[in-house]
Amino acid sequence: MFVRVGVLALQGDVSEHAQALAEAGAEPVLVRTPQALEGVQALVLPGGESTTLGALMARCGLDQAIRRRVQEGMPVFGTCAGLILMARRASDGEPPLLGLMDVAVERNAYGRQRESFEDDVVCPAVDPHPFRVAFIRAPVITGVGEGVEVLARHEGLPVLVREGRLLAATFHPEITGYTGVHRYFCSLAAAAGGVG
Amino acid sequence: MTRLREVGTERIKRGLAQMLKGGVIMDVTTPEQARIAEDAGAVAVMALERVPADIRAQGGVARMADPARIKAIMAAVTIPVMAKVRIGHFVEAQVLEAIGVDFIDESEVLTPADEHHHIDKRRFRVPFVCGARDLGEALRRIGEGAAMIRTKGEAGTGNVVEAVRHVRQILDEIRRLQALPEEELMSAARDLRAPYELVLEVRRLGRLPVVNFAAGGIATPADAALMMQLGCDGVFVGSGIFKSEDPARRARAIVDAVAHYDDPDAVARACEGLGEPMRGLDVRRLEPAELLQTRGG
Repeated sequence: MFVRVGVLALQGDVSEHAQALAEAGAEPVLVRTPQALEGVQALVLPGGESTTLGALMARCGLDQAIRRRVQEGMPVFGTCAGLILMARRASDGEPPLLGLMDVAVERNAYGRQRESFEDDVVCPAVDPHPFRVAFIRAPVITGVGEGVEVLARHEGLPVLVREGRLLAATFHPEITGYTGVHRYFCSLAAAAGGVG
Repeated sequence: MTRLREVGTERIKRGLAQMLKGGVIMDVTTPEQARIAEDAGAVAVMALERVPADIRAQGGVARMADPARIKAIMAAVTIPVMAKVRIGHFVEAQVLEAIGVDFIDESEVLTPADEHHHIDKRRFRVPFVCGARDLGEALRRIGEGAAMIRTKGEAGTGNVVEAVRHVRQILDEIRRLQALPEEELMSAARDLRAPYELVLEVRRLGRLPVVNFAAGGIATPADAALMMQLGCDGVFVGSGIFKSEDPARRARAIVDAVAHYDDPDAVARACEGLGEPMRGLDVRRLEPAELLQTRGG
């Protein structure tokens, strides 16, 4: 299976995601413009600062281009800031950035950086074994719509969610070098119509 | 078998720096400036009492900012807030950790508190960024626990020449390490005055093991894109924004130039019509005692 997966490369931990995708057997492509988005079959929204990413996407028209591709069925995987971009509702009343997914988020909900942590997450859909991931100034998913499946919880809170071809995590698998979630996303992207 | 939940690990501290990559960190002195920086697209702000250009102009002992000022800035924005402590002043660092600052800059821009020792940064849950002029200095700071490195450049001058010198120096020394046969690496570590294990790691990775930003003299979008094309992971802009004619516009332009640093058309658009940049200083005309970059080492 061979899938060209874009990584939104305006800001954030882009190279870490590109490496995880390559290890998962996909071909990572850096996406900085709407033109570059045309050449990919799926997209990863990396960790970074969501306000920065939101502003930069809007300034170069990538927000509209991504929304259009998602309406056409493009799979998207967002981590941390990427999830915030995808969420349709924010508990602090901030307007949605991409508004792709029927979830509500609260930014920096665990506290400041000194409260950031790493821990094991259990998610049988992704891996029969627990895997270690990083929660860095992580958001919390405070509500999920009817069509959203919670794939993993941590301390009772949803941390990995899926709505059709959209996948989002409050944590960073790419920071601890764990590639299972990327493998899961790549198989989802391939099933959605990646070339054989 | 599940392992424990852990805070303040090396990868959690280095991880926040990784989230800042491709971004611009801006010096601010008030909550209003912090909001201007956030709206422009800054990935973080550095909360200060005075920007480096004013520290340079006014003289006196420069210390950690008033915690009340830092807290007001923290309350004004959702992006991470950094703040500076004097080199070796571990109590200032304890204070910043206590009030919840997200990143601590152990900075030569403030007056050093210890001429021989830097802070033992491994004792803190909050990550540290430190300045470096060469590879040995960068690796000594990482050995002390720094989770991020920045070039020292020459802060408060609006002159990019020293930042360029420092990033080229670090890259050149990394390339030289990679060309050495393995049996010469211990001597190389001795000459660099750097921990041997870190020398091995740098040689293997072909880069520093932590995120490396440019700092010290960046004043224009073209300066920022220059540092990115030279291989830096992101950019600190100190006096360059709020000492210019139109800070909001310049801040946004520098953010755009860093995001699209390898697209000359985009950088050209970012450079247009920004008004006057900060005045700037010729570094060669500074007296040795006026240089900030020689503090710490």
